[in-house]
Amino acid sequence: MPRIGAFVCWCGTNIAGTVDIEQVVQAVSEMSGIVYVKDYQYMCSEVGQNLVKTAIKEWQLERVIIASCSPRMHENTFRKAAKAAGLNPYLVEVANIREHCSWVHKNKEEATKKAIALIRAAVAKASLNTELIAKEIDVENRALVIGGGIAGIQTALDIAEAGYQVDVIEKSPSIGGKMAQIDKTFPTLDCSACILTPKMVDVASHPNINLYTYSEIESVNGFVGNFEVTIKQKARSVNLEKCTGCGICTEKCPSRKSKSEFDEGLRTRGAIYTPFPQAVPNVPVIDREHCLKFNTGKCGICEKLCPAGAIEFGQEDVLVTKKYGAVVVATGFDIIDLDKFGEYQYQNHPDVLTSLEFERLTNAAGPTAGKFIRPSNNKRPEKVVFIQCVGSRDVSSRGKSYCSKICCMYTAKQAMLIKDKYPDIEVYVFYIDVRTPGKNFDEFQRRAVEEYGVNYIKGMVGKIFPAGDKLIVHGVDSFTGDTLKIEADMVVLAAAAQAKPDAEVLGRKLAISTDTNNFFTEAHPKLRPVETHSAGIYLAGACQGPKDIPETVAQAGAAAAKVIGLLSKRKLVSNPCVSVVNEDLCNGCLSCLKICPYDAIAAKELATNNHGITSKRIVAKVNEALCQGCGGCTVACRPGAIDLKGFTNKQITAEVDALCH
Amino acid sequence: MSLKLEEKAISSKQQFEPLIVAFCCNWCSYAGADLAGTSRLNYPANIKIIKVPCSCRVSPNFVLRAFQRGADGVIIAGCHPGDCHYSTGNYFTRRRFTLFANLLEYVGIEREKFKIEWISAAEGNKFATVMNEMLDSINKLGPSRKLRDGRWIRQQ
Repeated sequence: MPRIGAFVCWCGTNIAGTVDIEQVVQAVSEMSGIVYVKDYQYMCSEVGQNLVKTAIKEWQLERVIIASCSPRMHENTFRKAAKAAGLNPYLVEVANIREHCSWVHKNKEEATKKAIALIRAAVAKASLNTELIAKEIDVENRALVIGGGIAGIQTALDIAEAGYQVDVIEKSPSIGGKMAQIDKTFPTLDCSACILTPKMVDVASHPNINLYTYSEIESVNGFVGNFEVTIKQKARSVNLEKCTGCGICTEKCPSRKSKSEFDEGLRTRGAIYTPFPQAVPNVPVIDREHCLKFNTGKCGICEKLCPAGAIEFGQEDVLVTKKYGAVVVATGFDIIDLDKFGEYQYQNHPDVLTSLEFERLTNAAGPTAGKFIRPSNNKRPEKVVFIQCVGSRDVSSRGKSYCSKICCMYTAKQAMLIKDKYPDIEVYVFYIDVRTPGKNFDEFQRRAVEEYGVNYIKGMVGKIFPAGDKLIVHGVDSFTGDTLKIEADMVVLAAAAQAKPDAEVLGRKLAISTDTNNFFTEAHPKLRPVETHSAGIYLAGACQGPKDIPETVAQAGAAAAKVIGLLSKRKLVSNPCVSVVNEDLCNGCLSCLKICPYDAIAAKELATNNHGITSKRIVAKVNEALCQGCGGCTVACRPGAIDLKGFTNKQITAEVDALCH
Repeated sequence: MSLKLEEKAISSKQQFEPLIVAFCCNWCSYAGADLAGTSRLNYPANIKIIKVPCSCRVSPNFVLRAFQRGADGVIIAGCHPGDCHYSTGNYFTRRRFTLFANLLEYVGIEREKFKIEWISAAEGNKFATVMNEMLDSINKLGPSRKLRDGRWIRQQ
């Protein structure tokens, strides 16, 4: 029996409030193998860690049990402390008596009993622990950023500036994302394009950044430091190197039926098009669905006119496989479909717009060249109604239960922009609550009300009736209880932000999890906001949850810092808890090989010498660099020849026995 | 006399404190249990958690061992299908234990006493609910003696 020392943490009153520490210490000291028990208020503090280190040396401890918070919180802290005292870090076991005990139980007697049982299980496991030595793995010195919006752009620039190679994948033909569509940004009313486009140019011209536009992730393999990603470059039908971006092809294209994605469908575009004039790369793409050449075989005008000979109808999708050390997911958000919100007439009336459409409508580079007119009759509206929380904070199945966070501010901004240019237009805003936390945000919204005279009405809109060329908005002012009828010329809906529809699929490829709303989940809501549970994969921007531009940029910088930290390491320490084959027991059935998701198991020929007769047989062999330690093979193994280090059959059985004490 | 017997029966029923062993995968369900803790949700102290790297690490032997050593219920909790940290581990869990649950039922362990649940790291609430429900149904069914080692004595 090894010499075991146990350390019981009070965690202030977090544990000591519900668990009788004295009783626990008494019970633990009687367990077999225990030679030393110590309790302290905060084991994780420097003093607490020193207690552990000193005891290891003074009592020649061979195993250490820490009864404290979750191992997800401080296992590493104590492993490091043990290592500093000369003990193999994998001889430390943590009994989770906070999250799994004191915080979930109220009865002190029961909680104390359970804490003792959990420590008994940890002692049982620890006495079977063996010294494990982590191996070193190489780190590929390149990062991948998925998504070319402001989050991806900022992340890529920050990583590239630190001297590492970055590849940026963007699904659409140009980088820029949602921010490129926006007219002005709150709360400073900066022109969005003026602050974004220089960054886009920086990305394109940076020697360390490589752009893959009009591309998607096909598959992701590997693990931290060594991801192998296959990128599908969709056929652009235009040669990126040859094209000069003169724009003749886009002007002369006879097909004009497709709606411009960039202008939210408010304008049509040709089948060969550049999403917007400042696009990066400024190279058009052929929309094969609408191109006459691809549909009828006739036309080919662009090919004839192109002075650079860049049009290539024969292009095909190309698959590129590259290795990366780290991946940042920055895929952004979408706004919800409004087809379930029939009462707002969005589908039926051209003057009912989403906020994003409104951005294009007021943009100087937009479909109306910045003239504020109604899409139905090209006249200037006299009354505009904004409706907030369309689908946000909506617990019915048609909406989203969360607050989309950005709508209060952009609605105030849009209302203010109207009043600034056209003070005579009456502007109404229907809201549930105005939520404006953020630097200078509340002041901004108040300016809209106090300086610009925007009419804020607390209440929801019941229905909108089109009458002639007017939209009659029926709403309720919930302060007075009055029903209101506003004859509006234009209605703008602040539709809820939602996760990208393909977020789940991408999450699956990357093996990162999504929450109930399909936003990617961070590793810890407070302390690890940009990391995922998969090491080496980070999050930036609205793909993790709705957020505004400053927050997105901050998170992008944080993700970049994490990536730089990872890539700056020449070697990574690998998880030593990997599978190991007992060759004497292995019968070579290779069931393990078939189920290993990492191809970490291979067949190996073993020559045995039996009284001078050499015979050969096949056994399984684990590649420790590839094995991630899931343990699936251990259960598939019929003769029980494979075991998982750190979670051996004996260890888990001992834990079961101890818990059923 | 009969009244006394009844009282005795009631008091012995009240003394029944089920023991439930929960195998939780490190990435989803163990974190979900942590979240239940940080959210200060309540579930009974009868549930005791063993951490495994992935739900696919759980061998039917561990489940049998638990029942043999006096557990009244066993639950295996892992990431939702499709969300496995190791991409496919929980699919193996699902397949293995669908078959195994049938076997257990055949030997007399009720379905309510052996469960597989998918609990993500964000589902602290679900963790507490699942545990509370499991305890409720086991309280109704009584102790699991079918696979129990005859020499087993509950130590208080």
